[in-house]
Amino acid sequence: MAGVRYARILYTKTHWILLAFALLLPLLDLVIPREYQFTDLMRPIFIFAVLGLGLNIVTGYTGLLNLGVAAFMAIGAYSYAILTCDIYPFQIGFWPALALTLVIGACAGAVLGLPTLRLRGDYLAIVTLGFGEMVQDSLKNLESITKGIQGINPLPNPVLFSYTFRPDQHLPWYYLFLGILCVMVLLNRNLEHSRIGRAWIAIREDELAATCAGVNPMAAKLLAFAMGASLCSLSGALWACYLGSSGEPGNYDFQISTIALCIVIVGGMGNVSGVLLGAFVMIGFNSIVLVKVSSFLTQKGMISSGNVLSNPNNWKYMIFGFALILTMRFRPEGLLPSRRVKAELHLMHRESMARAKKAAAK
Amino acid sequence: MTDLQVFFQQLITGLSCGMIIALIALGYTMVYGIVELINFAHGDLFMLGSFLALTIIGALGLDQVGVDSLVSWGIFPLFIAAPVFCGALNWGVDRFAYRPLRDAPRLAPLVSAIGVSFVFLNLGLFWGGAPMQVFNMGGAAAAPKDFPALVSNRNLLGDSVIQFTAKDLLVMGMTIPLMIGLTVVVKYTRLGKSMRAVAQNATAARLMGIDVDRVIGATFVLGGALGGVASVVYAIYNNTIYFQMGYRAGMDAFTAAVLGGIGNLPGAVLGGIVIGVVRAMSDQYIATEWTNAVVFSILILVLIFRPSGLLGAAVREKV
Repeated sequence: MAGVRYARILYTKTHWILLAFALLLPLLDLVIPREYQFTDLMRPIFIFAVLGLGLNIVTGYTGLLNLGVAAFMAIGAYSYAILTCDIYPFQIGFWPALALTLVIGACAGAVLGLPTLRLRGDYLAIVTLGFGEMVQDSLKNLESITKGIQGINPLPNPVLFSYTFRPDQHLPWYYLFLGILCVMVLLNRNLEHSRIGRAWIAIREDELAATCAGVNPMAAKLLAFAMGASLCSLSGALWACYLGSSGEPGNYDFQISTIALCIVIVGGMGNVSGVLLGAFVMIGFNSIVLVKVSSFLTQKGMISSGNVLSNPNNWKYMIFGFALILTMRFRPEGLLPSRRVKAELHLMHRESMARAKKAAAK
Repeated sequence: MTDLQVFFQQLITGLSCGMIIALIALGYTMVYGIVELINFAHGDLFMLGSFLALTIIGALGLDQVGVDSLVSWGIFPLFIAAPVFCGALNWGVDRFAYRPLRDAPRLAPLVSAIGVSFVFLNLGLFWGGAPMQVFNMGGAAAAPKDFPALVSNRNLLGDSVIQFTAKDLLVMGMTIPLMIGLTVVVKYTRLGKSMRAVAQNATAARLMGIDVDRVIGATFVLGGALGGVASVVYAIYNNTIYFQMGYRAGMDAFTAAVLGGIGNLPGAVLGGIVIGVVRAMSDQYIATEWTNAVVFSILILVLIFRPSGLLGAAVREKV
């Protein structure tokens, strides 16, 4: 039985198509002119996809609103930086540091989760939001360890067997990050259909019913928090690795947490493909389309510093905002919803339609 | 200054800041009480209110009026325009972004609210680049703007070491009557009764002949108007505004609302004052850079021991 299940999960057709697409994408660089190439700008998409997958475990599967994922990302980035940078005594190298980051992230998630998980929905949301602020402030203030607003740098380049990834060659990096993302996608798909994944979804649907069916809600929620946090930390470590620096604490602010939430919700809650699409759309717009459009307009001399409207970067939040509002208005289940969420929403929609019809008949 | 004087000085500062926070928190808690939505756009609405106030000051040339007396007459148009603007804007947001989502899952309006907050933030950035003298013409759009001193900084306690300025008086003189007025509206008027009915059970309220959407719209107008008053008071008190200030203020106010028990009006006021005083004390006795962490630690501690906030009733989960 297990074999059959795994076969179905590993060989979902969409994922094969996506993977083939991602593997072949760099070939485009051979045909398009230098200034429009974007392979080197794809890495943030992969990193944020990992972040989205982490949040998807907490919010998508388990239904707990977490508004502080940036904190876990920051914890991951700083742990990775401290473990590898040569100004600290550890310097344990890329792969061990990634593995340890996962563990540290899980511990951080459990530390936040233990006292707070019994709070009801919105109270939990504000506590996670506060946690995000606290981590950011702590990183800013503990200058002796975190170097304050300078961040920790330089970080060494990752090494795979004896091959060193150098910052000037972006193609190996592309495949390295793609590979890590694939492993995480696999992990998430398998988790979703495992015993614990089904427990999470049961809690999202109805915590009381799940408890009656023998799920221990505290343990399952805590595990979701820890695993989600651990994936978010991994994305932080990758981000640090991409920047070659831990970044400054201000980088891991509430905007990051909301963008992660938008990736999950716009993409399609509780669905791995949805999260991937969400990351592609949101981050692709942010770090590819906007960058290319602004550099194009700068070349043409159409951006004046006196006119705030002329710079496309200043329109970013306007566009993001309207995208969110319109998605929620016309497709609240997200672009690629999981079948379960979609079925529920449509059931609900039918009910409300029936109600409206009755009201109209009156 | 002796230790005791320092303490009282911080207490006054804390109370003033806390009352401004409470005014914003009321907007959060009213909306939450009636539609169970964390209105993330509220902080940015507050920011837009203060930008409108600065625009009016520029248009009417109020910044030229010197403050020879305690208060410049120029604050009166601001206290009319900003609440009207914020109330109307909040109503529009509810009408076009939240009302279509009443039957959707809980997360949908929340995400919509984040979207509205992004749009407002961006509008604030554009507004900051407006070609007006008061907006520091030629300066960066994102730079903080100076808000003219319309209320004197003179100490009302004469030569006392402890400062109680006309600004502190303005804050208290604006907020306390508003809170009393709001209590009267919610407790004794027809609208207030309908608001409480909708908050308890929207379907039952509809069956009793209450126009639920209108009542919810009115709640948004009231909450937005309070935010508008808060934006003018804040700008006059702090003399500087910037387009990202909605986030910080909104965060404090929302924390206050949760601390007091979200959905509970006296709770929001109490929470606001507690947060204001804690901030002031932490600035003085711990360290300014740790103040946010202190505030949130207190929030987490309170929630661990009283999961529904200070004044919130323990709600039994519906089965």
